[in-house]
Amino acid sequence: MRYYRPATTAQAVAALASQPHTSRILVGGTDLLVAVRHRSAQPTLVVDIKGVRDLTAPISVDEQGITFGPTATMGDVIAHPTVREWFPALVEAAGLVGSVAIRNRASLIANSANGSPAADTSPPLVSFNASVTITSVSGERTSLLREFFLAPRRTLCEPGEMVTSLRVPRPSPGSSSAFERMTRRRGVDLATCSVGAVVDADGAMTVGLGALGPTTLLGGPVAPIDLTSQEQLERAVDALLAPATPIGDIRAGKAYRTAMARVLARRAVLRAAARRTDPDRLTGRSS
Amino acid sequence: MIPTEDQSADEVGADLVVVTCSVNGESARVSVPPHRTLMDALRNELGLTGTKTCCAEGECGACTVIVDGATVNSCLMLAAEAEGCDILTVEGLGAGEPGGLCDLQESFLEAGAVQCGFCIPGQVMAAEYLLRTNPDPSVDEIREGMSGNLCRCAGYQRIVAAVELTARKRATR
Repeated sequence: MRYYRPATTAQAVAALASQPHTSRILVGGTDLLVAVRHRSAQPTLVVDIKGVRDLTAPISVDEQGITFGPTATMGDVIAHPTVREWFPALVEAAGLVGSVAIRNRASLIANSANGSPAADTSPPLVSFNASVTITSVSGERTSLLREFFLAPRRTLCEPGEMVTSLRVPRPSPGSSSAFERMTRRRGVDLATCSVGAVVDADGAMTVGLGALGPTTLLGGPVAPIDLTSQEQLERAVDALLAPATPIGDIRAGKAYRTAMARVLARRAVLRAAARRTDPDRLTGRSS
Repeated sequence: MIPTEDQSADEVGADLVVVTCSVNGESARVSVPPHRTLMDALRNELGLTGTKTCCAEGECGACTVIVDGATVNSCLMLAAEAEGCDILTVEGLGAGEPGGLCDLQESFLEAGAVQCGFCIPGQVMAAEYLLRTNPDPSVDEIREGMSGNLCRCAGYQRIVAAVELTARKRATR
């Protein structure tokens, strides 16, 4: 394994292109270095992009949304006041990644770019209609995040390419969001399943689903309902979870995962809906 | 320290990476293979064995150090990434104190938070970062802030008490 710290994006993508199938990008290292230790990744070249001077800034806010660069960490996301105001579900998801020391290093973009269907921050980002920019020696292209995920650990980002920015449009006025995750134990663990919900001002609902299919999935939009009606809520949850294809694995059996997805979807929708009129609950968690 | 040749990580293909950084306030220069973690470089190249190797995959926190003001799992950071960084290990915490221990380390002893002691350097570094970023943490905030540091003696209550004690000491200082 060789280590390379390029100073420009052009140098970085040229290095990736020189060994497209065996080079890996290093940002936080919290996934890559675990994989290297377990020999599940055996890169011949590690390209550390933290010294790239023309990289997209970690977090920049404008009227229409927020753009994240590859070096934005989970800790940066959690601490940013505008991210907290606009994307509470993303803040909740980022706050559940690993531990404090992991969140100080782990990259938001890399969490999605790794293509794990259990990535914590991908469901809220998909529900927020995020998009990514992918760069290579032949130029740039942009994709909706939900179309970026192809299969477990497979994305539109081909060998030799890298994700250079993540754009999340500003949520519509009066909407809010919430994230729910289930793990086998509190603390450092991967999701058994997770749901990020967005509820618009008029009550329309959208969800991002984590570990409930081969990729992060989008559910909805589902038309507004009377949230006090148990029957209507169950029907809405049915519709929101329609794309889910849960399997049984090391973390949960199929039946249990299916049942827990309903619980999480219900909680996320209700919490996002309540949060629309109660900004004090921006970071409060019901569970 | 291994004598270094003029080889640079900025060249694709360098077999050894020369890393210059600050460790506990002193300049350090090591030449390491690219796959060497910061944890191994601290322990082997620099002889700073206070930083512990345990799970080596970011689960247990025994290797926690502070890099540029923020805690990291040094098992999940390459030594090569430390170029130009300011690193604080447990050896540096109480270095300037008369007894060789800082107030936080003293509090761990006073609260009886140290049993076998293996996790304590990581616990202390995580607690130091927690108190720097949140000088008056609630018990919940302490538990959350320390949740990446496992203690197999399960001495968590007293570890939390030690952090609370330090916060009180620092508030009245």
